[in-house]
Amino acid sequence: MRLGAFELDVALETPAGGCLALAGPSGAGKTSVLRVVSGLGRPQRGHVRCGDETWLDTERGIDVAPEQRRCGYLFQEYALFAHLRAWQNVAYGMFDLPRSQRRRRALELLERFGVAHVADARPRTLSGGERQRVALARALARRPAALLLDEPLSALDARNRASAGRELGAVLRATGVPALLVTHDFTQAALLGDRVGVIDGGRVIQQGTAAELAAKPVSAFVADFTGAVVLTGIAGPGERGLTRVALDGGGTVSSTDPGAGPVAVSVFPWEIALAPSGTRPAGSAQNRLDVDVVSLTAVGNRVLVGLAAPQPLTAEITESATLDLHLRPGAQAIATWKATATRLLPR
Amino acid sequence: MTRARWFPALLVAALAAALCFLTLPIVAIFLDTAPPRLVSSLGDEGALEALRLSLECTAIAVAIIVVVGTPASYFLASRRFRGRALVITLVELPLVLPPAVAGIGLLAALGPKGLLGGLVEDAGLRLVLTTAGVVVALTFVAAPFYLRQAQAAFEALDRTWLDASRTLGAGEARTFMRIAIPGAGPGLIAGLALAWGRALGEFGATLMFAGSFRGITQTAPLAIYERFSTDFTGALALSAVLVAISGALLLSVKLLSGTAWLGGAAS
Repeated sequence: MRLGAFELDVALETPAGGCLALAGPSGAGKTSVLRVVSGLGRPQRGHVRCGDETWLDTERGIDVAPEQRRCGYLFQEYALFAHLRAWQNVAYGMFDLPRSQRRRRALELLERFGVAHVADARPRTLSGGERQRVALARALARRPAALLLDEPLSALDARNRASAGRELGAVLRATGVPALLVTHDFTQAALLGDRVGVIDGGRVIQQGTAAELAAKPVSAFVADFTGAVVLTGIAGPGERGLTRVALDGGGTVSSTDPGAGPVAVSVFPWEIALAPSGTRPAGSAQNRLDVDVVSLTAVGNRVLVGLAAPQPLTAEITESATLDLHLRPGAQAIATWKATATRLLPR
Repeated sequence: MTRARWFPALLVAALAAALCFLTLPIVAIFLDTAPPRLVSSLGDEGALEALRLSLECTAIAVAIIVVVGTPASYFLASRRFRGRALVITLVELPLVLPPAVAGIGLLAALGPKGLLGGLVEDAGLRLVLTTAGVVVALTFVAAPFYLRQAQAAFEALDRTWLDASRTLGAGEARTFMRIAIPGAGPGLIAGLALAWGRALGEFGATLMFAGSFRGITQTAPLAIYERFSTDFTGALALSAVLVAISGALLLSVKLLSGTAWLGGAAS
């Protein structure tokens, strides 16, 4: 599809009852995809089908109006109508239902999402989580053929995001409505999507389950996006069938992946272990790099340790480990990980 | 070190000067009119007639402005098209037109020998020197005030509300009625108050296009002008009543737009 000066080259398919999460940085074209699917945006070329219905086919001149597409759309800031009460927001789309039944049906939906107690409140008095549930109830009120979600968790504060994410995932599975979700956060995509597509510059770079993307990223961008550490270097043959990579800026690592020439090396932060400087760590880890500790960031019960090797990398370890190792910014340590956990990607 | 205090003091002084200057004439009208004189001047049949005519004509003019102006301004606010800036300028032109010029223009357009004079006559309408002519003059002069304000109110609407309404199965017309109008409600009401206030005070265009005949085209401002040379106290009393009505109108509109049924959507 082509929208003005912006080229979107995406071919996406959401299985019935499944959720496809489209993840990418801001400006990647995620929201544009949702607007085209819902009919709010019109591309110069492209087609959109839902089940047996064709919603858009520019070649055949088909362009169904948004109000006839039966798309539930959860907007990023939820877009609740400020002049209507919560239940009236939910009942808004029930044009085919007799007026007398709308309130009852809206209350049923609010009840299902655990927010029946705010039915008579105005949106501006609701908390972020309540708004999200009211908006979700509204999006599902018309029994949509497809559900579109734009950054469904980003308007919530970090404290509530994890629990809201789990609940949303349960709701998506329970409704059985095919869902297309976009987010800038890979962990959210992995949490909510049965399948994940990584989009950048208007193009879907890779699609698969979150585990597939994390294990076999097709590019350094995807690897970086999935949260992996990405180092650059030059690959060549190593000992016993391993590939040996001379890292830019110093140090060498080995990988079980094949590779030659300029490569990106990716490894997950939780695969990286730290040992005291000057020791020779025992164990099966083939890769050992002398590193400087740059930063320590506590995230829940874990600590993200920023390291310079001299290329930047991050190790994710427990808090007690940081205490045992006396880690602090400026300290030295040895980072180790297995060659089997080291992915090589062409650059 | 204390902070410099002169700038806040300057702001306060400027506001005080503006407030004094703007309220002084209004205060003077009420101070110069003894309450008994006010009541007795309302007993004057000509005065009551002029007030009644003013209220009727402005109400009809404002109704026409709202019915036609609301969709027109929504179009201007929600569409981008070639020549849009020109259209907006043309719509706002009467704002800067001297009232006398507006009156002449209306005569040249709709008068018996005017551009569309024949058409008006064929339709069996008489506008010049009639009550209908007063409504035409008021509509012409007051409409831009509403159109401008309404367009700004629609432009300030959260676009995703309109998008959400569409995805919830409402077509453009229903979205306009159910979301855009209530959402822009406070702004529309403010525009209505401005237009009504302007229409109540209209003088020049009405005088030139419709004349000043008691009971037919003599609205309150025209009646005040007629008394001005012969009966200054009468003019003052009628002015006081007009100020009171205009003030009450402005106040009730402000109260109305703050009430719950409009939802305070602007917040």
